[in-house]
Amino acid sequence: MVSAVFHSPLEPTPATPPNAIKNIATGAVSTVEGAEKASKPASTPASVARDGSALSRAFWQNVLPPVLGLGLLVGLWALVSASTGRSIPTPYETWVQALEVFSDPFYRNGPNDQGVGWNVLASLQRVAVGFGLAALVGIPAGFAIGRFTFLSRMFNPLISLLRPVSPLAWLPIGLLVFKGANPAAIWTIFICSIWPMIINTATGVQRVPQDYMNVARVLNLSEWKIATKILFPAVLPYMLTGVRLAVGTAWLVIVAAEMLTGGVGIGFWVWDEWNNLNVKNIIIAIFVIGIVGLVLEYALIKLATAFTFEEVKS
Amino acid sequence: MNASLTTKFIEIQGVEQTFRTAKGLFPALQGIHLTIAKGEFVALIGHSGCGKSTLLNLIAGLTTPTNGALLCANKEIKGPGPERAVVFQNHSLLPWLTCFDNVYLAVERVFGARESKAQLKDRTDAALALVGLTPAGQKRPGEISGGMKQRVGIARALSMEPQVLLMDEPFGALDALTRAKLQDELLEIVARTQSTVVMVTHDVDEAVLLSDKIVMMTNGPAATIGEVLRVELPRPRSRVELAEDARYVNYRKAVIDFLYTRQGHVEKAA
Repeated sequence: MVSAVFHSPLEPTPATPPNAIKNIATGAVSTVEGAEKASKPASTPASVARDGSALSRAFWQNVLPPVLGLGLLVGLWALVSASTGRSIPTPYETWVQALEVFSDPFYRNGPNDQGVGWNVLASLQRVAVGFGLAALVGIPAGFAIGRFTFLSRMFNPLISLLRPVSPLAWLPIGLLVFKGANPAAIWTIFICSIWPMIINTATGVQRVPQDYMNVARVLNLSEWKIATKILFPAVLPYMLTGVRLAVGTAWLVIVAAEMLTGGVGIGFWVWDEWNNLNVKNIIIAIFVIGIVGLVLEYALIKLATAFTFEEVKS
Repeated sequence: MNASLTTKFIEIQGVEQTFRTAKGLFPALQGIHLTIAKGEFVALIGHSGCGKSTLLNLIAGLTTPTNGALLCANKEIKGPGPERAVVFQNHSLLPWLTCFDNVYLAVERVFGARESKAQLKDRTDAALALVGLTPAGQKRPGEISGGMKQRVGIARALSMEPQVLLMDEPFGALDALTRAKLQDELLEIVARTQSTVVMVTHDVDEAVLLSDKIVMMTNGPAATIGEVLRVELPRPRSRVELAEDARYVNYRKAVIDFLYTRQGHVEKAA
């Protein structure tokens, strides 16, 4: 879901390739110069021209498409706004409102009227707690299920049965058991983020290359050494994929859960502004949710690539 | 040397290996009898799929035979152990550890109970120096070439001071020049350490250059030892001098004759 807008954090990076191209271009020119020596003044405009064309190519390939994409979104939005007789606010009105909302994101006027910053933080906190508990249970469970065929056969039917259930269906159970809106929302996050972590960790353990296990057997390593030196690093990339999927789902679910439970939170904020018929704030909330989700996803992808190593080819 | 060659170190008695496959039982090895003396260099050669690696895995203890017995130093081989170090075909280094740590893992396992950390480090450094990789110690396997990885694999195996070094086509994935270089290094290391080596290969020159004994295997299924050729070339051996040596040429011819005339590879439907 977040992948649709995933290109935007990459925008700043293309600044380097054009420079590299430029260096290569000038380098090539200077060697030609050294060989011929006479053509020194003539080569300078040529390299400038090449610089210019490289820069404009980089612009056309890397900057223009995302800008056009965003432009398309804003254009469609303005069109919808105009055709619905402004019941959907125009992009400009929303922008003005957003400036106001973000000028003071951390105000507090009682429990039901707080700044957008508090709402986002409250949602993130719930996601962190629910997700953290799920990681605490799900990752060890995934290791056990991946390592022992018996456990895998025992739990796979359960997982297959429970995984497709919408996490919101668990909300009433949470309300009943925990007798509170906040723990119930955390419980929902827990349920939705535990499956990807169990499944990915278990898959990772099952896919540890046999070569590594043979090394462990020849060296006669202890179970502890096998776990820390072989299993854990080999499974880590799979585990992080699970974590990424879990965080993505959790961020999707928290908005819906908070709409139902109320309190403070970005989901509640959306619902509250709907009751106030403040559509501009709802659109702002949609952008805030998108951007936070994007940042979470991007951070976890960076983390995953840092821990992924070249595999032994068999 | 002749006295030591008569002592049995590894004994393989009537070993038979059958694999259970989707199509039913597949007899891989049958009636294998072989003795290997201490300090002997043995090459297992044969066409691909003839069970060379299966036999090596049996000696390593990674698999157990369907029938028959394997003994190492008069004890039955029940499982893998650090006294029988393996150099794997694909190096099998752990990609998240540096070269130093890959070797250290083995050193720590074998000597950790008896020696101090400094001694273990010295052993690791010595093993890396033996294969000429001291400068690459802090690099990860992904950052060095294929030949260097294979040398780290050899260093890891040698660092355990094994009684037997088992090598499964250790140089198979390398280019010809690197392979020749590593073969020369291996000759030198083996001469220095007096190791017992069993090496699987499909390279005739490699087998003749390195071994005391070439075990030639027939084609599978139900492969067995077709012929054992004793290579009585004096050591140290030099590949340049041997290239024109009449005995070398004859040994080479004998192996080629076995492989291509008597055991010409047939692509089997099985």
